[in-house]
Amino acid sequence: MSLHPDYTGKYEYKWHDLPFMKLSGLEPLVVTPESNFINIGERTNVAGSRKFLRLIKEEQYDEALSVARDQVEGGAQIIDINMDDGLIDGKEAMNNFLNLIAAEPDISRVPIMIDSSKWEIIEAGLQCAQGKCVVNSISLKEGEEKFIEEAKLIKRYGAAVVVMAFDTDGQADSYERRVEICKRSYDILVDTVGFPAQDIIFDPNVFPVATGMDEHKLNALDFFQATRWIRENLPGAHVSGGISNVSFSFRGNNVVREAMHSAFLYHGINEGLDMGIVNPSMLEIYDDIPKDLLDHVEDVLLNRRENATERLLAFAETVSGDGKVKVVNLAWRDEPLQDRITHALVKGIADYIEEDVEAARHVVNAPIEVIEGHLMRGMNVVGDLFGAGKMFLPQVVKSARVMKKAVAYLLPYIEATKADNRSKGKVLLATVKGDVHDIGKNIVGVVLGCNNYDIIDLGVMVPANKILETAKAEQVDIIGLSGLITPSLDEMVHVAKEMEIDGMNIPLLIGGATTSKVHTAVKIDQNYTKGQTVYVPDASRSVTVVSELLSEEKNKFTSAVKDEYEIVRNNYNKKKAFKTYLNLADARKNKLKIDWKAEDLQEPKLKGTKLFDDYSIEELRNYIDWTPFFHTWELRAKYPQILEDPAMGIEAKKLFRDANQMLDQIIAEKWLTAKAVFGIWPANSVNDDDIAIYKDDNRDEILHVQHAMRQQLKKSAKASNLCVSDFIAPRETELKDYIGGFVVTAGLGIEKKLAEYEADHDDYHSILLKALADRLAEAFAERLHELVRTDYWGYETKPYTQEDLIKEKYRGIRPAPGYPANPDHTEKPGLFDILNATELTGVSLTESMAMLPTASVSGWYFAHPESRYFGVGKVQMDQVERLAKAKDIPLEDMQRWLSSNLAD
Amino acid sequence: MQKIKELLNDRILVLDGAMGTMIQRYNLEEADFRKGWFEDHPDSLKGNNDILVLTRPDVIKEIHAAYLEAGADIIETNTFGGTTIAQADYHLEDVVYDINYHGAKIAKEICETFTAKNPDKPRFVAGSMGPTTKLASMSPDVNNPGFRNTSFEELKNAFRTQAEGLIDGGADLLLVETVTDTLNAKAALFAIDEVCEAKGITIPIMVSGTITDASGRTLSGQTTEAFLISVQHANLLSIGLNCALGADALRPYLQVLNQKAPFFVSAHPNAGLPNEMGEYDESPEMMGEQINTFLKEGLVNIIGGCCGTTPEHIKVIAELAAVYSKQKNEQ
Repeated sequence: MSLHPDYTGKYEYKWHDLPFMKLSGLEPLVVTPESNFINIGERTNVAGSRKFLRLIKEEQYDEALSVARDQVEGGAQIIDINMDDGLIDGKEAMNNFLNLIAAEPDISRVPIMIDSSKWEIIEAGLQCAQGKCVVNSISLKEGEEKFIEEAKLIKRYGAAVVVMAFDTDGQADSYERRVEICKRSYDILVDTVGFPAQDIIFDPNVFPVATGMDEHKLNALDFFQATRWIRENLPGAHVSGGISNVSFSFRGNNVVREAMHSAFLYHGINEGLDMGIVNPSMLEIYDDIPKDLLDHVEDVLLNRRENATERLLAFAETVSGDGKVKVVNLAWRDEPLQDRITHALVKGIADYIEEDVEAARHVVNAPIEVIEGHLMRGMNVVGDLFGAGKMFLPQVVKSARVMKKAVAYLLPYIEATKADNRSKGKVLLATVKGDVHDIGKNIVGVVLGCNNYDIIDLGVMVPANKILETAKAEQVDIIGLSGLITPSLDEMVHVAKEMEIDGMNIPLLIGGATTSKVHTAVKIDQNYTKGQTVYVPDASRSVTVVSELLSEEKNKFTSAVKDEYEIVRNNYNKKKAFKTYLNLADARKNKLKIDWKAEDLQEPKLKGTKLFDDYSIEELRNYIDWTPFFHTWELRAKYPQILEDPAMGIEAKKLFRDANQMLDQIIAEKWLTAKAVFGIWPANSVNDDDIAIYKDDNRDEILHVQHAMRQQLKKSAKASNLCVSDFIAPRETELKDYIGGFVVTAGLGIEKKLAEYEADHDDYHSILLKALADRLAEAFAERLHELVRTDYWGYETKPYTQEDLIKEKYRGIRPAPGYPANPDHTEKPGLFDILNATELTGVSLTESMAMLPTASVSGWYFAHPESRYFGVGKVQMDQVERLAKAKDIPLEDMQRWLSSNLAD
Repeated sequence: MQKIKELLNDRILVLDGAMGTMIQRYNLEEADFRKGWFEDHPDSLKGNNDILVLTRPDVIKEIHAAYLEAGADIIETNTFGGTTIAQADYHLEDVVYDINYHGAKIAKEICETFTAKNPDKPRFVAGSMGPTTKLASMSPDVNNPGFRNTSFEELKNAFRTQAEGLIDGGADLLLVETVTDTLNAKAALFAIDEVCEAKGITIPIMVSGTITDASGRTLSGQTTEAFLISVQHANLLSIGLNCALGADALRPYLQVLNQKAPFFVSAHPNAGLPNEMGEYDESPEMMGEQINTFLKEGLVNIIGGCCGTTPEHIKVIAELAAVYSKQKNEQ
């Protein structure tokens, strides 16, 4: 996965003994391995922006300042300022502009990058900034002596430095020269000057590609490889670059340029590029680059084919011009409503959001549901893309603006639905210090506001003392803390302790993605004894919690909460005391030891794969397990007894009748198509936890290796530490064992019907259809498993009743990747590949490994009589490391995939 | 450096209290400010406390001795305003070196006496470097935000002379204090670095900033952490906060420093906030109670007092520090 032959996978920061780079404006900027990518604003640069040059020349400083402000608001975390122009006095301009910036807190909150090729301008800049700046740049261009002298002064001024890969022989233009100059510069800085290593940023020269000249072919690839080398070999050093250089040959063709910048960043970041001078408006989202364009661009960047440049130039002709872009851009307007809203949020397009939100408002019961539903779903997509490094901060900021606009539009409607205007109490909300995530908190604010509570929202990054002071000054009734990132948990504990010291006694609410009842009970509640701490799992719950807390019944409620938390704490402590984990090696030693016998292993009748292109839904109908169907509707009792249930019977019957009517229609009018592909292959377990799947019975060519997960919780004497691979005969037994796999769907064609219901604002039938499609998919999986057992694998002949099926009394299991027996979602693509499932069934995987259509089921077949369902449960880091390595997935990604399985 | 660092590893050191508050008790007259040095100076000098190290060294020595007696480990020289920029108000730019040299010298003498009496409790002189009267990153004219009435260069030169005088006079460390504008502090640190390089020495440096209001920012707008990052390049002995707020209000910001700084942490708060008469009236016991919470939390390594504090306050603080130093050692 690395473009550098000596390294594998995404770059992982490894200089943990060094401090992080810390910069400051009015506020700190700490560059950590989790910072993703630091955007440096490029537009306050007279050399790069004609507009900015004109403003400086004409001394239109107000407007020049707004260029700087726009960048900071647009998400620039550092602003680059350059005054190198023959027609202006650079030193004076730098001095003036920085002094003016110092008077603008909304600009000077970020650190400044003083950009000049003239030392006197750099020094003038350093003398005007109180924060810790970055100098851009110095190099060995004029020899060692000058380099050392400047570096010493920069150190004395207390700034970080960008070092260009440049020496007396010129700019480094090959991998070797880049490495050589950077290494030499680094050694001088660290050994001779004593410069802090973490404050060194290398710029290994971003040069244009696709210039038509052969010697420019490796420009991007060399940069990527040099980046990787620097990050792997020069402790603490960072790498930055002027990204827009790379697309210089395509000036005038923004479609290609934007795609190229994003692809460049994507690969650069993978190799360890951690900052860059970028224009956020000139970035496409990596995943949204049309595949053919991306292929052409990457061919050039990675020098993947001989005539890559010619091909891209030719291709560029077909996508050039902004006109075409507009046409492409508007196609999304024809998508379903949710897709449009998601698109607008992901792309940061505010133009149509009011129109779409207005539409959304009509398909929900209360305007608030648009926020909780449509908008939140869109923001979740944004969150996922950002988490995966496929969106950058400036784009996320744009998304947030669209979100705000949408919420603002809805507010009057939400206000109008308020029952009466008398305030029921005052609630203070804040995202705690160190955290900037506020969507959840804002929703809570809106929801509570709708219910006539007065809301004092202190915003994000709110320090404890401000929360306490405001709470006292405003005499609030409740304080609510929110946070998304894990360090916020500690900050919440801190706030609780401060409230305790201060002698406060009002209730404290805890919410946000990383918070939990356990954390609240174990870590927060006990630190705040005079008031009650309550964990609030979601926005809708906040209303009931707040109303309980402000009601006459308060004491009843809090004592219930207290009791509950006491139990949670006890359980936690008990579990902690009992739960010990084995390391992976010891867990493997305690694997399930099956007494392997040839007669337990049945040679399947089908070897290879088979497709059901259009399975009879009429038949599947008889395989439906209705109990979960009723659960979907929050009717929680067993079918068929539920139909006679005194409380729910009437509703359940109605629902059952509607469902069956719809099933009749589904079948008669062919609303849905059910497809399945499945296969059975020779297989043996290898290396304890892996299952090698072979192409044929010669068992010498491996088709796919399934990496399975093993339980690590220490078991009682007789129990084994299970792994699904234990159910497959090990290679060394030389027994011929087999494994099967399947993907089924019953959701094909559902969109059309759903769209009709949506147009009619008919939620009921839309949910009903989705629920039925889900049940049909499950029914199909059950039916298919039966066919496999009896016919295609053929190890069973006994007919089972419907009830037996539901109770899973048959031999063999069909665990799905991502579910308890093998919780690793990243096992899905392998299964899909060997079945060619996406092409054959139309079921695709999203990047979070969800199946589309959602009414789909996949899994593996294990046939051994001893095979059974189990949960892997919590595992240790050694297993995550083993999977990351075996699957060539960066450790941090693997950790993310398995975060809920990782024991603490 | 080594010695004071080692000491800080096993005890909490006590800084002295206010100088101005103590000088007021002497009811000095114009003549006291001129005595022997400026008999014929054209400007009125009353209130220019820094020159007392020249004209009434006996008073300053007595105050130092009172603080040492109360238990201070570190005393600050009476040179807070000893820069060409601050002394320009009195047209005394020329005696700036003398102020700093003599300020350090008399403090050193009295410290040596105390150390000789009790070698187990060595005393140190911190050369006090105030913020000057001008700001490098803020305009004095609201209508002209880009304007500055001083420059980095001017500040650096002023601090350079001050640092030279203090070092030559025998200061054991330098204290860049009451930092309201971080750029001024950076100029001071730059100057100190130049002086040290020229003299071929190193000297421990303490930096102490001032949070001006409850927003938790310096006068020039930085958050506590941004302030720390901006001066972190200088290899400091300690970073801390002083003045402006009482001990109670400093606490959240000291927590930040304690958590983030790779240096020791200092605090010398005021004796509360000025009352309606402009006097600091927090009693030693009241202040001690608040400082007790700092020490309990392990927030600070160096603790003393700023405006309004007296040897009585320092005595209470020193007693508390001794208790916690002892606990520290027993751990």
